[in-house]
Amino acid sequence: MKLFGYRLPAMSSLILWGLLWEVFGRLEVTYFIPSLSAIFDTFLEIAPTKVFIKAVSETAYAFLAGTFYAVVIGVPTGILMGKNRIIDELLLPWVNMFLSAPLTALVPVLMVLFGFGMKSIIIITTLFAIWIIILNTRAGVMQINRSLVDMARSFGAKPIDAFFKIYFWAALPEILGGVRIGFIRAVKGVIIGQLLISIVGFGALFELYSSNFLMKHFWAVIIVLFAMAFTISEILAFFERKVAYYASKRG
Amino acid sequence: MSKDNAVTVKNVYKNYGETEALSDMSLDFPRGELTSLLGPSGCGKTTLLKIIAGLLPATSGEVIVNGQIVKEPGPDRAFVFQDFALLPWASVIRNVAFGLELRGVVKSERESIAQKYIGDVGLKGFENSFPHELSGGMRQRVGLARALSVDAQVLLMDEPFSAVDEQTRRKFQEDLLNLVKNENKTFIFVTHSIEEAVYVSDQIALLLPRPSRVSEIIRPTSFKNKDVDSIRRDSEYLDIVDRIWKSLRTYVK
Amino acid sequence: MKHRPLFLKIISAVILFGAWEIGGRSGVSFAFPPFSESMVAFWSLIIEGTMFKAYAETLKPLVVGIIISGLLGITLGIWIGLSDKFDWFISPIFIVMQAAPLAALIPLLIMAYGIGLTSKVFVVCIMAMPVIVLNTSAAVKNTPTNIKEMAKAFQGKDIDVIFKIILPASSPIIFAGLRLGVSAGFIGAILAELKITPTGVGDIISYSRSIADYPSMYAAIFSIILLAVLFLNILEKMENFLFKGNNQGYVSE
Ligand SMILES: Nc1ncnc2c1ncn2[C@@H]1O[C@H](COP(=O)(O)OP(=O)(O)OP(=O)(O)O)[C@@H](O)[C@H]1O
Ligand SMILES: [Mg+2]
Repeated sequence: MKLFGYRLPAMSSLILWGLLWEVFGRLEVTYFIPSLSAIFDTFLEIAPTKVFIKAVSETAYAFLAGTFYAVVIGVPTGILMGKNRIIDELLLPWVNMFLSAPLTALVPVLMVLFGFGMKSIIIITTLFAIWIIILNTRAGVMQINRSLVDMARSFGAKPIDAFFKIYFWAALPEILGGVRIGFIRAVKGVIIGQLLISIVGFGALFELYSSNFLMKHFWAVIIVLFAMAFTISEILAFFERKVAYYASKRG
Repeated sequence: MSKDNAVTVKNVYKNYGETEALSDMSLDFPRGELTSLLGPSGCGKTTLLKIIAGLLPATSGEVIVNGQIVKEPGPDRAFVFQDFALLPWASVIRNVAFGLELRGVVKSERESIAQKYIGDVGLKGFENSFPHELSGGMRQRVGLARALSVDAQVLLMDEPFSAVDEQTRRKFQEDLLNLVKNENKTFIFVTHSIEEAVYVSDQIALLLPRPSRVSEIIRPTSFKNKDVDSIRRDSEYLDIVDRIWKSLRTYVK
Repeated sequence: MKHRPLFLKIISAVILFGAWEIGGRSGVSFAFPPFSESMVAFWSLIIEGTMFKAYAETLKPLVVGIIISGLLGITLGIWIGLSDKFDWFISPIFIVMQAAPLAALIPLLIMAYGIGLTSKVFVVCIMAMPVIVLNTSAAVKNTPTNIKEMAKAFQGKDIDVIFKIILPASSPIIFAGLRLGVSAGFIGAILAELKITPTGVGDIISYSRSIADYPSMYAAIFSIILLAVLFLNILEKMENFLFKGNNQGYVSE
């Protein structure tokens, strides 16, 4: 949008929303919405505390471990599916199914199988992220220009060279797209996991704050979470744009 | 007459499932010469080229390159692709050196070889550009330099000039003539343009529509030693163009 | 083979369920019953009618939530798509919501609205709404200008342009957004039942877990995933059927 001839930057309206929130909070319309400045003060107060740091580091650990497995398993699986028709036909229905299935329903299973702890949360995070990574990688491999593959073969490329020098790079834009969406899903997965298995990370914090009606604390955590999720997705979008120049240049 | 053939295609058949693409195809490619494959679209020119390259197996029959039966791609043959087949994520120099990279030549050595051929095809100064920053003609030069840099004796070119504009194309044709003259390599060249085939070839193989065989081999003689500018006005040149069109027109619906 | 895809689907199902069966029988964990036992439990839940009663309960917040987010989301999306100012003002909220783990708001919703139906409907709405809004607004924004101008050239009024041009042109993507919204809504509905109060299917899951009746637990989970996947598949088939020809699926997430 333009204002007095200046282009307002994207997302700049969030500042306006922040102001509205502040005013609304100060009017003390409802107990549930404290003012933004009060929330910020509370955040400064709890940020250095042990519980908060523990929650952040536990969540970060679950997220990183979950996405690590999702990428390390998902990308090779996707490449295999894109290259091998039988594997593709055997796996594709399941990948599609799990992509749209409400995976939240699996949390109780994970709890009874893997316990009420970190392990279950990492698995649920992986499950949220992996399917889209597989599908995107597969799509990326399938659109690889045939003549690039022929070219590598005509120069006598070994399979391992073809894999790392052609397939991986040629599919990279799609892989990164899948990883970005997968990571966004993983953020949701890690939080859902912690909510349902509420003794780890932010799950425990939520429990603590909501049972004591600590609204400012609660909002402080939520805003931090949302901000982190948004930052992660923007960083990945940035990398995706870096390879976009050759994603569009393939016929 | 016992000529030295760099490549011999012997009774090659190729079926794609039900489709018969090549049927009993036999053809000799004399060493050091440029042979064009000319024929209606879909007659199997690309197929033949890929079989010679070792990228496709023949259903039956054999291809012999320098006395060896072809089973897989080898260092004696290099391919120039119609759509260039450049790595979009790699710079010009890495693209040109990529054939050598796959063969395990060390970086400094392969880059100095690549450097030479980048100069030869007139791309000096673009070593660190990326394919998307180049024009179509320049990209094809990169593909050509890559094929030249592995120093294969046989160059397989599948419609290498079809994706460049007409002026560039004429320039390429002249360059190609010089290349054939100066390098002792065997060129197998697929084209759709009759004029182009007659202009650059030592030998032209006319192919029949699918299932494809050689219908006629034409060897231009008189204008081969003329300079590039006067070929197009040579009477034999014009006669051959006319003759080829007469025999191909029956297949064009 | 004509039935190859179906055949392979069956094989892969046999492999997966077979692995489940073997895994269950070999006693990996006492909480991992074999496939057959789970199916028996599934069957008896259906015969007893427990399953139907449960789904009547589970689907209530889902249906209400989807209707609300559909109506509200599409209206907002169209408005965003048509007005630059509104776009600037409101879009960022949904963009952030799209990336954010909205489930974190559940404890707050419980505090504000208690543990009844309202909270559950809310959960479904916040999960389903962002993708519906963003898909709709993107579709409206991307309506080709030439057909809008065509309508204007024929003196179409704004309202005509919206209802006769923009909406039909964007309906495939709006519908796709709705489908993704339903998919997210399912997550919300289940989450609500597992986190807020165990009713419906969530109750079967929680209860059978608490009495260690694992086959019933697996059966309930199996049923909800099956239901969601089937329903979303039907929506997708409908989409392909309704909008044949203008399939320009967005990868929206
Ligand atoms: N992978 C394939 N599977 C099935 N049929 C194929 C395949 N590749 C080529 N064909 C068929 O084989 C025939 C020859 O194909 P080819 O690409 O060799 O023709 P071409 O002479 O190079 O044609 P053009 O001049 O259009 O490039 C065509 O009829 C084509 O339909
Ligand atoms: Mg061809």
